[in-house]
Amino acid sequence: MKVLMFGWEFPPHILGGLGTASYGITAGLSKQPDMHITFCLPRPWGDEDKSFMNIIGMSEVPIVWRDVDYDYVKQRIGDKMSPELYFALRDHIYADFNYRLTDDLGCIEFSGRYPDNLYDEINNYSIVAGVVARQQEYDIIHAHDWLTYPAGIHAKNVSGKPLVIHVHATDFDRSRGHVNPTVYGIEKDGMDHADCIMCVSELTRQTVINHYHQDPAKCVAMHNAVYPLSQEVQDIIAQRRPYEERTEKVVTFLGRLTMQKGPEYFVEAAALVLQRTRNIRFCMAGSGDMMNAMIELVAQRDIADRFHFPGFMKGKQVYEVFRDSDVYVMPSVSEPFGISPLEAMQCGVPSIISYQSGCAEILSKCIKTDYWDIYAMADAMYSICTNNALYTYLRDEGKKEVDQITWEKVGKRIYDTYQQVLEKYYHH
Amino acid sequence: MKTICLYFEIHQNIHLKRYHFFDIGRDHYYYDDYENERSITETADRSYVPALNALIEMAGRYGDYFKCAISLSGCAIEQLENHAPQVIELLQKLNETGCVEFLAETYSHGFSSLKNPDCFKEEVQRLCKKVKSLFGQTPKVFRNSCLVYSDEIGELVAGMGFKGMLAEGAKHVLGWKSPHFVYSCNRNPNLKLLLRDYSLSEDISLRFNDSSWCEYPLFAETYADWIARLPEEDQVINIFMELCALGIFQPLSSNILEFMKALPDKLRERGIVFSTPSEICSKIKSSGELNVEYPTSWVDEERDMSPWLGNVMQREAIDKLYSVADRVRICTDRRLKQDWDYLQASNNLRFMSTKPSSYGGYRGIYSSPYDAFTNYMNILGDFINRVNNLYPADMDNEELNSLLTTIKNQEDELEMKDKEIEKLQHMLGKLEKGEPAAEKDEPARKPAAPRRAATKKAATAAKK
Repeated sequence: MKVLMFGWEFPPHILGGLGTASYGITAGLSKQPDMHITFCLPRPWGDEDKSFMNIIGMSEVPIVWRDVDYDYVKQRIGDKMSPELYFALRDHIYADFNYRLTDDLGCIEFSGRYPDNLYDEINNYSIVAGVVARQQEYDIIHAHDWLTYPAGIHAKNVSGKPLVIHVHATDFDRSRGHVNPTVYGIEKDGMDHADCIMCVSELTRQTVINHYHQDPAKCVAMHNAVYPLSQEVQDIIAQRRPYEERTEKVVTFLGRLTMQKGPEYFVEAAALVLQRTRNIRFCMAGSGDMMNAMIELVAQRDIADRFHFPGFMKGKQVYEVFRDSDVYVMPSVSEPFGISPLEAMQCGVPSIISYQSGCAEILSKCIKTDYWDIYAMADAMYSICTNNALYTYLRDEGKKEVDQITWEKVGKRIYDTYQQVLEKYYHH
Repeated sequence: MKTICLYFEIHQNIHLKRYHFFDIGRDHYYYDDYENERSITETADRSYVPALNALIEMAGRYGDYFKCAISLSGCAIEQLENHAPQVIELLQKLNETGCVEFLAETYSHGFSSLKNPDCFKEEVQRLCKKVKSLFGQTPKVFRNSCLVYSDEIGELVAGMGFKGMLAEGAKHVLGWKSPHFVYSCNRNPNLKLLLRDYSLSEDISLRFNDSSWCEYPLFAETYADWIARLPEEDQVINIFMELCALGIFQPLSSNILEFMKALPDKLRERGIVFSTPSEICSKIKSSGELNVEYPTSWVDEERDMSPWLGNVMQREAIDKLYSVADRVRICTDRRLKQDWDYLQASNNLRFMSTKPSSYGGYRGIYSSPYDAFTNYMNILGDFINRVNNLYPADMDNEELNSLLTTIKNQEDELEMKDKEIEKLQHMLGKLEKGEPAAEKDEPARKPAAPRRAATKKAATAAKK
């Protein structure tokens, strides 16, 4: 079975959870015996892991015919795309896009990020997808997140193959209900055209059913998973000092400081904890639009001496934070899935998560509270920091639990779902 | 001739309230009054009252033939006295028929038997006193919370003068043996053990209303047939359950009470009799010793301590709790002692269970085992602070322990001396009686009396 995937991010150059999830899904899926994956990215950097799939960079796909020779193409984009593929794609240009800004190879440039002219970028992505969809051979289309839904629809219209869309987040999560109508429109359009909607949690599935008015029969919950820790990360974690030696406990929040993640509840809970005890420190790692507001709030609550803002963490730094943490908290107001508690638990950090997080559906060896219930959250933080037994239990059992949640299993489920979709698509 | 031993447990735990850690040191009241009143009233209405009425009716109808045993935990008695006194009255009415034997239990329905023998003895004696004052019976047979039994507990209970004890007929303890015989404790053969036939017991308490069960619906005839068909040598069939099995676990609509009422008649037709535990203990000889190295209980398939002490959190909680046991025992603060009883209750630990099946998922006010643990440890934190505040801050545990040992040793010594004095007095009395005629005018007797009084006074003074 061949699948054409549209994505926006891919490791190692990632900006959020989408890239990590895309990697896991493709890697897990590639373990299935006859699975061939072609993954389209706006702008690959050339250092992506191509061992288990093909990557097509949208910024290397021509939409305007240019008379270039083999050697020139090879010299220009050889590290990202073979010239043969370039010429094959060039043969499938389907309209006159001369009026658009293209480079010497007839390609559109992509930032591959989330720029201000995001709608243009999405539109361009969809135009380029038309070329790819005409050239490639595949049985099913899989589009990740709303940015690529238009591309998915385009590919479906061109090829007549079934479309699967993967909802990693909805605008309802990002905006606490105040949706952006343009984004909502794109999302709804994608869902209406999809033959199957994979949602990263039951929570998201319900949003899709209730707020986007989708047929529950075509919505399936497809929970994310985690990859086993690399040796390098394990070495970092192994440097952790034993619980008894750490007289000061560290409670950590890690994520974008934005409304969706509920950072203010973390601060309020911290203030409650610090009313009672002083030997706990709080760490709020990450950056975002609420950073300054949070610093102000911390000062207002008079806990600035125990509250730290180390800023945005990347790569290994994340694991260094986990290594030095005794509790990880994710008080998200609305989290489609939330992969970070799983990562924390992998590193042996007991986690407190909100019921409003998708990952709460598959985790049981962690503490769950409502995001607004700062008293319960404070209680949980205090309890883990003062009761060795609870800490040890959650650390050990949590790790055991999360080690069972693998992408291979998710890959198998996606594969099975593909088969059902194909079955239904051609036989009904 | 086969005999049935029917026993019902009455216990309701005291529900703890939501107690945040910032309440520590500020709020010393730990209970959810509303929930306590609600749950005990509900249990009384739906189960205890109809079930006890049925037992009274059976006692009236079958006269001396029908017998059963009941035990109450101290917590349950207090709750019933406060919120459902009609249940106590019904129990007294049942007691007047003479068909019921009251058994001893722990006052708190906790696990002091595993953790602190002194504490255990104290609370069992306290419950016996309570039972005596309510029903006029002095319990002779003991039944531990959740039917927990081990060799060590058996030894302890035998030492307290009980004739018998109820225990679980757990497969891993009995092996090829049958629970239908009387056994004895391997450390003290004077203590007889009555083992529960869990299969027959749970047919009533667990499966009676289960329509997917292959024996559903169960009739008294069938049940009596099962018992009658047991091998000839099987003497005692112990059917133990919680009283709320009649009405709560098995709703009244399942006609469980009609089943119970019909049962004695059907058993009588088949020549099977009823006996109370102490009758069995005095009539039937032990057929062997039972080795129970690790504690058994009557809960879950494992029938061990795993529902209460299965994970590290539960073990931490119980260790912390009993770390102050001695300090609480010697203090005189009434409120503290009451809290101590309520905090020991086994249910508190059970809420922290991470076993998937335990309790049918029932967790009271808690959303998860961690929630239960956090709440309990917060309360315990406050409680331990209060206990420690009773004693000088600079006195560490070791010092206190040594003092406690000294006190205990002195007590033991005094007790021995008291006994000795009694013996001597007895001898003296005999001597005096033996030669009253000859030494009628002998003045020796007169000084003896004041001297006796003096020694006695000295002894009591020393005790104080």
